[in-house]
Amino acid sequence: MSTLAKLFPARSGRAAFLVRFTLAAATLLLVAPALLNDFRLGLLARYLCLAIIAVGIGLAWGQGGMLVLGQGLFFGLGGYAMGMHMKLEEAAAQNLDVPDFMSWSGVESLPALWKPFESAAFAIAACVLIPMVVAALLGTLIFRQRVRGAYFAILSQAMAAAFVIVLIGQQGLTGGTNGLTNFQSFFGLRLADPADKRTLYLFVVAIFLGVFLIARQLVRSRYGKVLIACRDAEDRVRFLGYDPTLVKVVAYSAAAGMAGLAGALYVPVVGIMSPALLGVVPSIEMVIWVALGGRTVLAWAAAGAIIVSWARTDLSERFPSGWLYAQGALFILVIAFAPKGLAGVSEALQERIKTLWKRRTRTPEPAQERELEVVA
Amino acid sequence: MDVFLSQLFIGLSVASVLLLVALGLTFTFGQMNVINMAHGEFVMAGAYTVYVLQTSVFSASMATLAFGLALPLAFLVGGVLGLILEFTLIRRLHGRPLDTLLVTWGVSLILQQVARDIFGAPNVQVKAPPFLDGGITLAGVSMPYTRLFIIGLVVVALVAIWFYLSKLPAGRRMRAVVQNRDLASASGVRTPRVDRLTFFIGSGLAGVAGVAVTLLGSIGPTLGTNYIIDAFLVVIVGGLGQLRGAIIAAIALGVANAYLEYWTDASLAKAAVFGLIVVFLQFRPQGLVVTRRRGLA
Amino acid sequence: MARLGLTRLLAILVAAIVAAAAIAGCGSSSSESDAETSGSTASADAGGETIRVGILHSLSGTMAISEVTVRDSELLAIEEINRAGGVLGKQIEPVIEDGASDWPTFAEKAQKLISEDRVAATFGGWTSASRKAMLPVFESNRALLFYPVQYEGLEQSPYIFYSGATTNQQIIPGLEYLKEQGARSLFLVGSDYVFPRTANKEIKAWAEANDVEILGEEYTPLGHTEYGTLISKLQDARPDAVFNTLNGDSNVAFFKQLKGAGVTARDMPVMSVSVAEEEVAGIGPENVAGHPVAWNYYQTTDTPENRRFVEAFRARYGADRVTSDPMEAGYVQVHIWALAAEKAGSTDPEKVKEAARGLTFDAPEGRVRVDDVNQHLFKTARIGVVEPDGQIREVWASDGPIAPDPYLRTYDWAEGL
Repeated sequence: MSTLAKLFPARSGRAAFLVRFTLAAATLLLVAPALLNDFRLGLLARYLCLAIIAVGIGLAWGQGGMLVLGQGLFFGLGGYAMGMHMKLEEAAAQNLDVPDFMSWSGVESLPALWKPFESAAFAIAACVLIPMVVAALLGTLIFRQRVRGAYFAILSQAMAAAFVIVLIGQQGLTGGTNGLTNFQSFFGLRLADPADKRTLYLFVVAIFLGVFLIARQLVRSRYGKVLIACRDAEDRVRFLGYDPTLVKVVAYSAAAGMAGLAGALYVPVVGIMSPALLGVVPSIEMVIWVALGGRTVLAWAAAGAIIVSWARTDLSERFPSGWLYAQGALFILVIAFAPKGLAGVSEALQERIKTLWKRRTRTPEPAQERELEVVA
Repeated sequence: MDVFLSQLFIGLSVASVLLLVALGLTFTFGQMNVINMAHGEFVMAGAYTVYVLQTSVFSASMATLAFGLALPLAFLVGGVLGLILEFTLIRRLHGRPLDTLLVTWGVSLILQQVARDIFGAPNVQVKAPPFLDGGITLAGVSMPYTRLFIIGLVVVALVAIWFYLSKLPAGRRMRAVVQNRDLASASGVRTPRVDRLTFFIGSGLAGVAGVAVTLLGSIGPTLGTNYIIDAFLVVIVGGLGQLRGAIIAAIALGVANAYLEYWTDASLAKAAVFGLIVVFLQFRPQGLVVTRRRGLA
Repeated sequence: MARLGLTRLLAILVAAIVAAAAIAGCGSSSSESDAETSGSTASADAGGETIRVGILHSLSGTMAISEVTVRDSELLAIEEINRAGGVLGKQIEPVIEDGASDWPTFAEKAQKLISEDRVAATFGGWTSASRKAMLPVFESNRALLFYPVQYEGLEQSPYIFYSGATTNQQIIPGLEYLKEQGARSLFLVGSDYVFPRTANKEIKAWAEANDVEILGEEYTPLGHTEYGTLISKLQDARPDAVFNTLNGDSNVAFFKQLKGAGVTARDMPVMSVSVAEEEVAGIGPENVAGHPVAWNYYQTTDTPENRRFVEAFRARYGADRVTSDPMEAGYVQVHIWALAAEKAGSTDPEKVKEAARGLTFDAPEGRVRVDDVNQHLFKTARIGVVEPDGQIREVWASDGPIAPDPYLRTYDWAEGL
């Protein structure tokens, strides 16, 4: 995107965005399917699911200043909601009373918790609404008490940890550590079929673009301004008569909804939903993507998720035993030395090119004052 | 056997391990507001210190001596690792606590892989000193010597910290910086030097904790990850930088865990303790012990 | 517009160079190890074609502790086969991938091995969860997976070969040994995941049929380190024996704290099914000595094949290394695949499956045979006792290999599981 950004400097505003967005959409919808084989396209679909989480984190953390270290909780709620429905659909197709893993655990009749998920409409609504409602409840409790910063980060981490422990403990209900796996179909798409997988990919791209537009609109709205104000000076916002709790809860809940949606898409794309995806470590990784991409720019947050996941796949294929060093080093270097992430790097490069250009044409301007860096 | 008493003892011994790991954090997290995710890896480094001493430096017959020497040495190992981290990274991240969290997490990834490459992925073995074999039974409660040793170690560490903070000039400077960094700086306290010392001590305590946990659990590259979240919760429940708070919080969490686990099972107990913490922070968002300060933020 | 200073840009540049250097360093070291693994015959296959096989274990994360050792023994077997001329006249080329202790990653890497590297077979996995995650991938691609670890049974995928023990080759002999030793009551301790829970379900059904009382059943989260409460529950219940399905690190904490609480193997023997030589070394032999374990193979198993295996392994990886049951199974399964491919005259999965039926191999654990139907191995059950030197001494063995029965169909009490 950086070359595009060069062609269309930020000041041309809406038109530039439209051009960039169209180009990105065209790349994802047309170029990628033409260039990538089925396996790599499947991976890209997975990265896009993760990018949806990243957009949510960009909203809650980058704009709202809440370091959400427990997004795995919401990702899991959405993923399990969809997984449960798909499992039930399959069990019905095979004339089984309960999904396969339940009978291994000695559960004979369908638990009440699973009953509503037989309905597709309920499952689809649940994978977005349940995370949002849970986040709204937790958020209200936490933000009302003005828990923030590091406290909030560790608290949200502990919630993800507790969620994982509960999931693993209730093996008959959730599949335990194995999680839900061995899915065959997703609303009529056969997951083993390459053509259907391509359709699924296009579906994921469409949802990703839609979520991105919604998030962007939210940030650009008046609400977005108040949210940023909450991040930078919560008390002043309160003195102005706004209720910061409500403002933050909305962003937190929206981020949770996006994570839930991502989870729901992840299940058909990857074919598995398990506690291993939701715990403390995966939840931290989600934040790392955003930090690496650039927390204050939504597009870069999403790009961060794609770049890091791609690098992870690529590095671990090339250097199966040494890639952790590369991954760790990458995190340290980018976050410590480029606090704005790749977004900041790209911006700086553009600036530099611009000044070089200007230097050639006319005398340099006086140095601009450096803007305050965002302190999250 | 008296369930109440024996669970109380188990709770206290769980608390002692938690507190030992969390003590270092009350320095680095509590006083400097640095969330050091690599703290767990300093614990691991302490544990490997015992292993190296026992296998490479001393012969098998000197296991006790090696263990004894490991305590001060692990303090040094942890402390020096901490100093390096402070000097290369954390210093640059002042005032960005959340970035510090992410950066130190990257450091912890690397340290784990370093341990895996040096010592191999499998767990290694440390011989406990023979005098810690067995235990005593008091009022129907059996108390293993290893548990008593760890409780003793915590008490010694607490007394040492108390002495340092309240009796020595360096400790007073540290408290001054915690209470008001700008004022301390204006009064001639060299805050960067105090920061470095704080970090050295906090990380050193992690090393000592590492020696202690070799008596109870596995020694492997992922040792630190088993303890780190619980330790952070102790500091949060106790209140930032509050020694007294951390002690109470560790005991409360340890004992609650022991009783809950006795009535239910380990998984449920753990989830329930997390739940209780969320509820607790509803009432005391700043933790058990709060220093009142003027102003906002 | 915020502008990055020149120093910061420089820092990023330096960082990029360092990262590139690190990557290059890893690259050269991994290519070195690749060269090592393909051994002295590297030049021989330069012109000709090679057969690729996948090795998919966790090289990072919590499971690396166990899985790295299996990778080592699988690579040893590949080297041996290559030295003897390879398979179908071609050298075997291992493609190593890291499952990272993360089940979805296992599925992703399995797909990559199959569709990009076009491997003839994959050797991999350890936890049941990783196997369950890989199962649909191998079934939908009609590719072969060889899985080297004892597991909970109740599974029979047409595209998986199970070279570890199933329940009736390990757990049931372990239970019967305890009963024979006079245990009338048991306490079940396990990590909170699928293998212990399913195994304990089977154990409870067995106990009911055999008049053995189950005094308690406890699960702890993976990575749990505090066993004080569990041990006091054990001391309250006073069972004749404990059946332990804890996994990984938890065993270390459990046995250390059990010994600390003064419970000895004589008071309360703990029968473990996930503690092999490698784990004993990590726990410390003095903490676990005297307790029984159930497996199919020990480093001390007395066969000529095993002497050769142990010697070759130590020559390759160092004299201080131990061999264990899953490592042996990893070694055996590579040989079985090679034999089957040789016999089939092809590496086509369907033909290899066909050829593998009834195939026998003189393994370090004794002769094993591939079952005609369920693709498990006939294996000899062995009960051993941990010695203070860290080795395991065999105290009981079944009369010859036991037929694998993953669904326990030949046991009346197991009906309805």
